[in-house]
Amino acid sequence: MRILNASGCLDALAAPEVARQLDAFVTKTVTPLPREGSAPPRIAETAHGMLNAIGLANPGRERFLADHLPRLHELGFPLWVSVGGFCADDFAETCSRLSDVEAIELNLSCPNVDEAADSAAEIVAACRASTGLPLYAKLSAAHPDVAEVARAVATAGADGLSLINTLRATALDKHLRPALARGSGGLSGPALKPVALHAVSVCRAATGLPIVGMGGIESGRDALEFAACGADDVALGTVLFGDPGAPARVRAELAAACADAGVATPEDARTLAKSPETGRKVPA
Amino acid sequence: MQSSDSPSRHSVTGSERVGPYTLLRLERGALEPGVPGQFFMLEAPGRLLPRPFSLCLAPPGELVFLVDPVGPGTEALCRLRAGDEIGVLGPLGRGYRLDVERPLLVGGGIGSAPLPYLAEQLGGDPPVVLGFRSAEYAEAAALLPSAEVVIDPVLVTELIEPDCDVFACGPEPMLHAVAGLCPTAQLAWEAPMACGYGACYGCVVEIDGALQRLCLEGPVLDAARVHTHVEAVA
Repeated sequence: MRILNASGCLDALAAPEVARQLDAFVTKTVTPLPREGSAPPRIAETAHGMLNAIGLANPGRERFLADHLPRLHELGFPLWVSVGGFCADDFAETCSRLSDVEAIELNLSCPNVDEAADSAAEIVAACRASTGLPLYAKLSAAHPDVAEVARAVATAGADGLSLINTLRATALDKHLRPALARGSGGLSGPALKPVALHAVSVCRAATGLPIVGMGGIESGRDALEFAACGADDVALGTVLFGDPGAPARVRAELAAACADAGVATPEDARTLAKSPETGRKVPA
Repeated sequence: MQSSDSPSRHSVTGSERVGPYTLLRLERGALEPGVPGQFFMLEAPGRLLPRPFSLCLAPPGELVFLVDPVGPGTEALCRLRAGDEIGVLGPLGRGYRLDVERPLLVGGGIGSAPLPYLAEQLGGDPPVVLGFRSAEYAEAAALLPSAEVVIDPVLVTELIEPDCDVFACGPEPMLHAVAGLCPTAQLAWEAPMACGYGACYGCVVEIDGALQRLCLEGPVLDAARVHTHVEAVA
């Protein structure tokens, strides 16, 4: 089981020693044009979670390719590039310009942009035609049937799934005004974990595609639960904010959590969760 | 940030009320106190995210922070008692430049917090002016015994001599007013932060005309970088 960061939750150029603990670093989403992002305040703490409305702040495709990506390559760790856009051609153009990265994650589900995108399957199909690199589709659990979306992107040529993105949410300040300038934001943190586990479970049953599970992972035990539900790899997001040592800590805890659960590897936990003997199947 | 360590654990050595604020004393451990104006992320017990604080005092073996209980995180910090333990990360960000000729320290409310350590590091008992919203809040001026203190509706900016090298920390309107009076002032800015090391992109402030992360660019900023109307005002 590899441990990655959730896109947008770490800047490897600002904190390379944190990124170095990961099995691969996932960039913040790159869009065709530069985006300054949302006005502040952009973040708010909630019960067992937080909201963010960063608004896909990024330098844009050209500056990313000319400046950021070479500097990331110099750091020497495996890279995943998160690609965003507002129509299938946006995504496909960026994919076609990428090489020498381990994978591309298609951000099909940012809750902090209003522009209507093409369907997930259309975007994946366009990207599939433009690159031979592994394509991971990052989906939202806000869809009424995320497994149906998973099947559609699998048919369109996705190589894997990243599950899940934040969920659109609102928090109010003490004056009953929206806590974020944008009004709403994406909910992350432990509050998201049960939603994410369910999405991983049903998408695993629906497609068999490799899954990077994420949403509220704080410990090795949490990571093992994602494995039990069908995740091959996991990504850490909000936990990195309070604990830059989280990747190494979670990796160490994962080994202990496996021992506690009586499994040799995280992958074995999936068998355990579905064991007919225990009768404790993960409901799909 | 060069380290990828988890926040180190630090025992509370004491907690005192200073007006409505709490002076929270932590065992220093292996942490450096850093440059005045830099900040530390303190674990807020029972909360998901740590909170940023500049260092108030650095007596031997301790790191001391002034906490204003304005929400659930800071209230939890104010409830800590000697022997309790929290995670601490820091020092982070860019602090004040100390190589100035005529220092004047300007604080507003909880913005007084970094000034005692700043005064100590500058040495020579630099002049300090502080503004508070009420006499109760002004009890915090005891941390800077030689300070000149005003209480609302008198504004601390009325005490600023324009030729000084101003170090300021306080609410945003005060900082803008200081910047208008002293275009070379160093201002300690504030913003909500989830991480303190550039990961969350939450703490952006308009710096040099663009939204930039305060934790990396600041929190101490030259007035000209944040106050684009300096010339129009002056």
